[in-house]
Order: sequence, then structure tokens, then C-alpha cells
Amino acid sequence: MRVGVVTFPGSLDDVDARRAVRVAGHEAVALWHRDHDLQGVDAVVLPGGFSYGDYLRCGAISRFSPIMTEVVAGAGHGLPVLGICNGFQILCESHLLPGALIRNDHQKFVCRDQRLRIESTATPWTSSYEVGQEIVVPLKNGEGCFVADRDTLDRIEGDGRVVARYLEVNPNGSMRDIAGIRNERGNVVGLMPHPEHAVEAGFGPGTDGLGFFRLVEALVG
Amino acid sequence: MARVVVDVMLKPEILDPQGKAVQGALPRLGFEGISDVRQGKRFELEVGEVTEARLAEVRTIAETLLSNPVIEDFEVHVEENAQ
Repeated sequence: MRVGVVTFPGSLDDVDARRAVRVAGHEAVALWHRDHDLQGVDAVVLPGGFSYGDYLRCGAISRFSPIMTEVVAGAGHGLPVLGICNGFQILCESHLLPGALIRNDHQKFVCRDQRLRIESTATPWTSSYEVGQEIVVPLKNGEGCFVADRDTLDRIEGDGRVVARYLEVNPNGSMRDIAGIRNERGNVVGLMPHPEHAVEAGFGPGTDGLGFFRLVEALVG
Repeated sequence: MARVVVDVMLKPEILDPQGKAVQGALPRLGFEGISDVRQGKRFELEVGEVTEARLAEVRTIAETLLSNPVIEDFEVHVEENAQ
């Protein structure tokens, strides 16, 4: 598969994300925020970082970049989209995912190897995991506190749309320990921790993150 | 020239860690009795003339870009005698 990784001004983890795509056996395609062109990719990753310096709100300005017009349209047609960290923030700002991400409740930037439980495998990004599987991947964020109103949270949980939950420690105050969610269709996933930093032995806590990039032909659509 | 001001505040039910940090600093400066601090944003938009159409446009700007309606509320008002 050809997997596009968007670079915004201020993206940080686009190179690691492209490497993770290649390690998983796919072709990585660099996409540019100012282009109106997805170059025919089969899936898109919005990487972590500080696009537009996190000005206004994290992801708020990136949402209106030309490439996001195409990503939003593609997502509507079932294109698999994974937003990691800043990418998750952009997906929430784009209303492709519910809720929002605000400053960590303890006010400090957090960087740690984080244990997660995968709770939904009905997405192309998590279909190589088992429901209930525990993984450890790096987490690093200053504004990773997932919030939504009670009705939204109940709906997300009731529909089985929590993709991953924090275990042992809630690192940022996220409601109901939510680390990642998906849209109703399952093709769009947002995740605060960084699976792209855990795809090669000897670099990071292990290779638990690789499964996100395997993109096993999934039950999308 | 006229100035239209958009004030954006986190919704009351949303945790405001920055406001809490500011509140926490006040006693250290000797200010007691401030029971809560909430931090928001103020945007000043310079417009040629304030018309209903212009105000409607500013409200659209406020709800699409300046605020995130999931977590924030906004208020729009016209500031008279802006330079």
C-alpha cells in the first residue's frame, strides 16, 4: 500500500512516521500541507508535532490547510486516516472525531513509555491487534487531555469507539483514561501516544507500535 | 475604523489548568481571597464599518476559527472609539 504522511509547518514526527510505514512493508509518500493533492495514496497519517506552533489551539490552523480539505473529503469516502498526537488534535479540530484535547491537567509536558490497552480492532489501523491486548509505546504531550461532554463520552464508549485506553497511569487527565478513539465507520483513528516510535528493536520501548502501520486489509467501508 | 472584539472562554465545565496555575501563584504574591481564575483569549478585529452583515461574518469567524465550540464559548462586541 501507499501511505501518505502529511508534513505541516512544525510537524515533528513525519520522518519517523514515514519510516514506520516502510518498516511495516508499505511505501511512504510525503504529502505537503499546501497541496490539494493526496497523490492517490491508500491511507494517510497526520503525524505528531507542533503544527503552526500550536498557535490559537493545537491543530486549529492546520485544519484549514489545503491538504486537510482533501483528507476530510477522503475520510468521508472511507480513506483510512490515522492522527497521532498533534494529528489527533487536528482530527478533533476538523470534526472528524468528537471531543477535544486540552492542556494536561497537571500543567507539565509528559514524556514516558506508556502502557495501553487496545479496545477496538475494527479499524484498519488496529486490526492486527487483539481486543484487550496491552502494548507499550512512547507518549509525549503537553496538551493531551481528552475531553468531551458526558453524552459524547457515553456514546463513544457505548459504540465501542474507544481504540486505546491508558493503563497504570493516566498521564494527562484524559477523561475515562481515553488514549485514542475512532469515528463511527472506523477508518479515522486519533491516538495521543506514538506508535511510530516503537517499531524497531533497540529504538524505543519495543516494537509494539508496528501493528498500527501494518494496515492489514480491513473491514472498512 | 471600528473594532470588533471577540472574547473566547473555556466552557465552565472544562478544566482550566492555566487558570488554576495563575490562581495558585496569587497567594505567593500576597493576594488572598481570589477563589477562582479562568484564562481566556481576546481577539481584536479591525473592520471598516460595523454592519449587521459584518457582525454576522465575525460571529462565523469566531465559531469556525477563533473558538472551538466543543470546549469554548465566545462573545462578540463592538468597541466604540477605537483608534
